[in-house]
Amino acid sequence: MRLFVESVAILAPGLDGWTAARPVLAGEKPYESAPLAPPATDLLPAVERRRTGSMVKMALAVGQAALNAVDRPVDSVATVFTSSGGDGDVINDICITLAGPDRQVSPTRFHNSVHNAPAGYWGIATHSHHPSTSLCGYDWSFAIGLLEAAVQVQVDRREVLLVAFDTPYPFPLAAVRSLAHPFGSALLLTRDRGTRTLAELEITLDASATPVTPMSNPALEQLRCGNPSARALPLLAALAGTQVQRFSVERDAGQTLSIAVRPS
Amino acid sequence: MQPLYLNQFAIASSAGIGLPATVRALVEMRSGLAKCAFETTNLDTFAGQIADSAFEPVRADLDAFNCRNNRIAQLCLRQDGFEQAVTAARDRYGAARIGVFIGTSTSGILETELAYRRRDAEGALPPDFRYAQTHNTYSVAWFVQSYFSLSGPSMAVSTACSSSAKAFANAARMMAAGLCDAAVVGGVDSLCLTTLYGFGSLGLLAATGCRPFDTERDGISIGEGAGMVLLERQPRNGTPDAIALLGTGESSDAYHMSTPHPEGLGARMAMEQALASADLPPEAVDYINLHGTGTRSNDATEDKAVCTVFGRDTPCSSTKGWTGHTLGACGAIDAIICALAIEQGFMPGSVNTRALDPTMGLHYLLENQRAPLDIALSNSFGFGGTNCSLLLGRVRA
Repeated sequence: MRLFVESVAILAPGLDGWTAARPVLAGEKPYESAPLAPPATDLLPAVERRRTGSMVKMALAVGQAALNAVDRPVDSVATVFTSSGGDGDVINDICITLAGPDRQVSPTRFHNSVHNAPAGYWGIATHSHHPSTSLCGYDWSFAIGLLEAAVQVQVDRREVLLVAFDTPYPFPLAAVRSLAHPFGSALLLTRDRGTRTLAELEITLDASATPVTPMSNPALEQLRCGNPSARALPLLAALAGTQVQRFSVERDAGQTLSIAVRPS
Repeated sequence: MQPLYLNQFAIASSAGIGLPATVRALVEMRSGLAKCAFETTNLDTFAGQIADSAFEPVRADLDAFNCRNNRIAQLCLRQDGFEQAVTAARDRYGAARIGVFIGTSTSGILETELAYRRRDAEGALPPDFRYAQTHNTYSVAWFVQSYFSLSGPSMAVSTACSSSAKAFANAARMMAAGLCDAAVVGGVDSLCLTTLYGFGSLGLLAATGCRPFDTERDGISIGEGAGMVLLERQPRNGTPDAIALLGTGESSDAYHMSTPHPEGLGARMAMEQALASADLPPEAVDYINLHGTGTRSNDATEDKAVCTVFGRDTPCSSTKGWTGHTLGACGAIDAIICALAIEQGFMPGSVNTRALDPTMGLHYLLENQRAPLDIALSNSFGFGGTNCSLLLGRVRA
C-alpha cells in the first residue's frame, strides 16, 4: 500500500514535541532522556479535562499537535486510536474498589475504563462526527493501528489521523505489564501527495517473518523496547531524515510489516 | 462496497448455545435472562449468564489463555460447524490470508478482578495471574488467531458496545485492500464485576429482564456471549441465496461519554452511511434490529434517528430481551440474528416488552412475524459516542 504522511507529532521522554525531536531522531543532535512533562491540551473544556487521566491527555495532546502543525482543523479527519491496553490507573482503581467490601465504582471511572475513552473525549473535544476506531494489538498495537489507518486511507479514500499511545501501569499491574515510560505519536496520513507532504510510505505484509529493525542509537533502542507504542520510532526517525529508508516492524502472529519511507 | 458472504456463522449466548437453540428461543419467545447470580454479585438486577456447565476448558495447548472470556469464545467456535469451516478455509487460502477481527469491551478483566482479591501483604498480584493472555483487550483476538493457527492481520476492536459491529467494517476494509482473502469476524464479552457494578453506578441496570421500548423500561440487562462469522468474497458452493454483508456505516456522536446525542445525530449518520456504502435506498430495508438496550435515553434517541432515516413503517425490534446487552459482542450477535431472520423468513418481536412506549414513532414489533425478507439493518452504539450500522442481505444467484 502506498500513501503519504502530511504531519507527525511525538510525545516521549527526551522527545517532547516534533520540533525538538526531529533533529535528535535525524541524528543531528544527541538524545538526552528526560522525564516527559504531563501532556498539555486545551482541547477539552476544564470540566471534562478534570475527569481525564494522563493516558487520555497524552492521546489528545499528540493528536492535536499533528493537526495544529499543518493548520488543520481538529474536526476534519477520521481517527484511528491504537494502544496496547486500557488506562492502567483507571483499571487499578476499579479493581481495588471491586476487591473491597463496598463495590461502589465511580461512574466517571467506569466510563473512563472503556478502551475507546480517548476516542470518546476526542469526539467531545473536537465536535468531529467522522468515524473513529480504537484498536488493541498488545505488543503489536502500533503495526495493527498503522495497517488499519493505511487501509482506511486506501479503501475509504479519506485522510486519517493515527494516534498510537501507551502510558505506564501502576503497581501492582506494573509487575505483570511493565511499560518503562509514556510514549505517544500521531501521523496524519493522506491518499494523495500534497504541497505539505513530508514523505511517501509503502507498507507491505512480509510473506515470512523478517528481523525487526532496531534503532542504531542504544538509548533510543531502549526507548523503542520500553513501550509498545514506541515501536513507531524507526518510522518517526525515517520521517526526521532525508534519506529513503526501509525497515521492518513487528506485528501479531510473529510476523512483520515492511515499511519504506521516501522523504519529500 | 463489494458484498462479503457470511459463509458460516456461530453463536453462543444465554438465549441459546448454537444456531438451532437460538432459533428455538427466538421462536418460542424464551428469554435467556434471569435474576443475576453471577459470582459474588449482590445487585438487584437480571443478567444473561451462560451456564458454567456449558464450558469446556480451553484447548490444552492454549491453556495460558484460559479465562471465562476465552472459554466463551471457544464455546462459540465449536458450534454450528464453524471450526470445520475455518479449517477448510485455511486449507484453501493459506493461514496468512485469513484475518481475525474480534470486538470486545472488557475481554478477560474478570481474571484481574479476582486476582486483586488475592493480593499478598505487600499488595502484589498472585504469581499465577497471566495478564497478557486473559485481561488484555487483545487476548481474545490472539486466542482465536492461535486456535486456528492463522497468521493474517489480527486485531481487537474495542469501542465499547459498537466493538464487534465495527469489526465487520475493519474486516471488509482489509479484504478490499487485498490484505486477506477471508476473515474470522466476531464479538466476545463475558460477565464481570466491572460492567455489572459500573452500569449499576450509572443507574442503568434494569430491575428485571430488560424491556426495550416499553413505557416502563428501566435499563439494561447485561449479558455475555459470542458471535463468529466467516466472511468470504464468494458464496459457498451450492448456495443459491447466500447472505452477505452489504454495507457498513460508522460515526461519532461527539456529544458525551455515556449519554447518546439527544437527536440521535451520530446514529442517523451511521445508518445513512451504511445505506450509501451498500448503494441502497431506505425503502430496501425490510427489518431493523435495533440497538434497543432498554435505557430511557438509548431507545428514545434511536427512535428519532430511525424515524428520520426510514420513516415510521419499517418493522423494527430489539432482541436484547433474549440475550441481554452483550456489550462488545452484541454487534456480531445481532448481525447473526439478522442473518437468521433473513434465512428463516422471520422477524423477531421483543420478549419482555409489554406496553410499547406511545411516544415512539417507529414500527416496533412486539410479536414474532413470519415474513419473507431480503435485507436487514443492525444498529450498535456505544460509550464514547461510537455508532455502527451494518446492512445484511440475501444476494440472489
